Amino acid sequence: MNELFVQIILGISIASVPLIFAATGELLVERSGVLNLGVEGMMIVGAITGFVVQFHFDNALLSLAAAIIAGMSIAAIFAFLTQIMLTNQVATGLALTLFGLGVSAFWGRAYSKVTVDRVDAINVPGLSDLPIVGPLVFSYDPLFYLSILMVILVWYFLNRTKKGLILRAIGDNHDAAHAIGHKVVRYRFIAILFGGAMAGIGGAYLSLVQVPIWVEGMTAGRGWISLALVVFASWQPFKVIVGAIIFGGITILQLHAQGFGVNVDAQYLSMLPYLMTIFVLVTLRIRIKSNTNRVMPSCLGKIFHSTQ
Amino acid sequence: MIRLQTRTDSSTLMVFFSPLLALILTAFSTFVVFFLAGVDGFGAFYVLFIEPLTSLYSFSEMLVKAAPLIMIALGLSIGFRAGVWNIGAEGQYVIGAVAGSAVGLYFYEVEGFWLLPLMSLVAIIAGMSYAGIAAFLRTKYQVNEILVTLMLTYVAILFLSAMVHGPLRDPDGFNFPESRLFHDSATLPIIWQGTRVHIGLAVAVILAFVSYFWINKHITGLQIKISGNAPRAAKFAGFDENKTVWLSLLVSGGVAGLAGVFEATGPIGQLVPHLPSGYGFTAIIVAFLARLNPIGIIFSALLIALTYIGGESAQITYDLPNSITSIFQGMLLFYFLACDILIRYKFVFTFYQRQ
Repeated sequence: MNELFVQIILGISIASVPLIFAATGELLVERSGVLNLGVEGMMIVGAITGFVVQFHFDNALLSLAAAIIAGMSIAAIFAFLTQIMLTNQVATGLALTLFGLGVSAFWGRAYSKVTVDRVDAINVPGLSDLPIVGPLVFSYDPLFYLSILMVILVWYFLNRTKKGLILRAIGDNHDAAHAIGHKVVRYRFIAILFGGAMAGIGGAYLSLVQVPIWVEGMTAGRGWISLALVVFASWQPFKVIVGAIIFGGITILQLHAQGFGVNVDAQYLSMLPYLMTIFVLVTLRIRIKSNTNRVMPSCLGKIFHSTQ
Repeated sequence: MIRLQTRTDSSTLMVFFSPLLALILTAFSTFVVFFLAGVDGFGAFYVLFIEPLTSLYSFSEMLVKAAPLIMIALGLSIGFRAGVWNIGAEGQYVIGAVAGSAVGLYFYEVEGFWLLPLMSLVAIIAGMSYAGIAAFLRTKYQVNEILVTLMLTYVAILFLSAMVHGPLRDPDGFNFPESRLFHDSATLPIIWQGTRVHIGLAVAVILAFVSYFWINKHITGLQIKISGNAPRAAKFAGFDENKTVWLSLLVSGGVAGLAGVFEATGPIGQLVPHLPSGYGFTAIIVAFLARLNPIGIIFSALLIALTYIGGESAQITYDLPNSITSIFQGMLLFYFLACDILIRYKFVFTFYQRQ
C-alpha cells in the first residue's frame, strides 16, 4: 500500500510539472497585460525540439536549452505581431497554437518511431533511500525542483523588485505607465519571451521525462489547462502549484481508477481533467464573486499604441 | 526612425491591398518552408494551389470541404464581432453530428422525407445546448467562454469515441468503432451529380446572405456590432450584454451542430471516430481572413478548402505530411493580421532626432 501511495504521489508530481512551468510563464505574461493563447503551440514546439536534440545528442541540458530557445522563438512571433504590428491578441494566439501544432507535426514525422533516454531523477545518496520520505522528497528529476524554484522567483520578481512593480503597473494601466516614462512594449516583449521559454521547458518535460517518445499533438490540451490555471490561481504564483497538483491528481487518479476496480469506459474517465477545469473555474467564481475583476490585470488583452 | 501614425479614416485602398500583400508574403514563406524541407518549390506550389483547380474532381472536393467551413465560420463571426470567443465550435460540431446521427440510426431503415429535417433539427438543438453551457457559465458566473468551449471540445471528442465504441456501434461491423452506414432517407441529397457536393453547400451560401442582411440591416445585428466595438457605449444604450453572449453562442453552436450532422450524413455517410477533422478550428481562421464579413467568408472558406485539397495531393506527390496545411493556415493568419495594420495606421519615416 505504501508503495502504491508513493507511486501515486510521484505520478501526480510528474503530471503537474509541465503545467507549473507553462502556467507560471503565462502568469507573468498576463500580469504585464498580454493574453497569449498560444501556450499549447509553444509547449508542443518545445516538446519536439527537446526530443529531437535529445535523440541526436543525448544531452539533457542541451535538449532543454534547445526547447527554451524554440519556445522563445515562436513566442517572438507573437510578441512581434501583437506588440509591434498591434494585432488582436486572441486571434494571434490561436494562430500561434495552430502554427505550433503544424510545425511540430511536420518536423516530428521522422521521429515518431524512436525513443530517447529519459531524463532521470537525481538520487541523493542516503536521503533518497529513506522509507517513504526518501522517494517523496528526494527522488525527483531536477526539473521538478526547478519548476518550484521558478514559481518562487516569479513571485519574488513581481512582489519584491522594482521591475516587477513596473511590470504590474503596465499590466494594470499601460497608458499611465507609458506617461511616466516606462517602456510598455519592451517590458511586454520580454515577458512574452519569458512565457515562451517556460512553455518550452514544460513541453520538453512531456517528451523527455513523462514519456520519452514523440507523439503528434502530445500536449493534448495541457497548454489550455495552463491558461485555466492562471485564472484559477487568480494571478498569484504560489496558487499555480496548488492548481497544478489538483489537475495532476485528476490525471493520475483517472489512470489508477481502473486498477481500483472503477468500471467506467476509459473515454469517460479521460474527460475528467477537462470537466474538472470547468468545475474549478465555476466554483472559484462562486467563491470570490466580484473580487475577480479586481485581481485580473486591467489591461489584459488590450492593444497598446502610444500616439507620441 | 520609423513610427506608426493613426489614420483618421481607415484606408480604403489598404482594405483591398492588405489581403493581397498577406497572400504574397504567405506564398513566399511557403516557398521557404518547402526549400527547407528539401522539396522542389515550384512543383509543390503548383500541386498545392493550382492543380486542385484544374481537375473537376478536386474542384468538387474543394466545394465539399468549403461547405462546413462557411457554415461554422458564419456562426463564429457573429460572436467574434461582439467579443464573444467561441473557440470550441469543433465540440459543438461533434455533438451535433452525434445527436443527429443517433436519430438517424434510431429510425434505421425507416423511410420518410421527414427524417433528414428531424436529424438536422436535433443536431442544431444539440449544438446550441452544448454552446449554451458556455453561455450560461459566462453570464451567470463570468467564467471565460474561451476555456469552457475548448475544454468541452475535448469532452465532445471523447464522447464521440465512447458512442462509436458503445451504443452507436454497427452491430454487424466486426467490432470496428463505426456506426452503421446511413440509409437513403438519412443521407444528404447530392446537388452535383457524380461528385460528393451535397445540399449543405447551398445551405451554407444561403446562410451567408441571411447573415449579411441580419448583421447590416437588422437592429440585433447592429447591437452585436456595437457591443464588440464600443462595449461602454452599448451599455449606455441599454443593450443587454448577457443577451449578446447567449445569442452569439447559441447561433454559432447551432450552425456548428448542423455542419456536423451534414458532414456525417453527407461525405462520410456514417459516424466514425475521425469525424472531427479540425473544421471547427480552421473556421476561426476562415472568419478572420474574411474580416468577419459574411460574404467574404464564402471566399476565404474556398481558399482554405483549396489548401486542404492541395495539402492532400502534396502528401501523395511529394510525400509531404498533412500538417503542411496547418503550417500554411497559421502563417496565412499571421500575415493577414499583421497586414491589417496598414488599414488603421500608416508608417511615417522621421529623419530627425526627437527631443
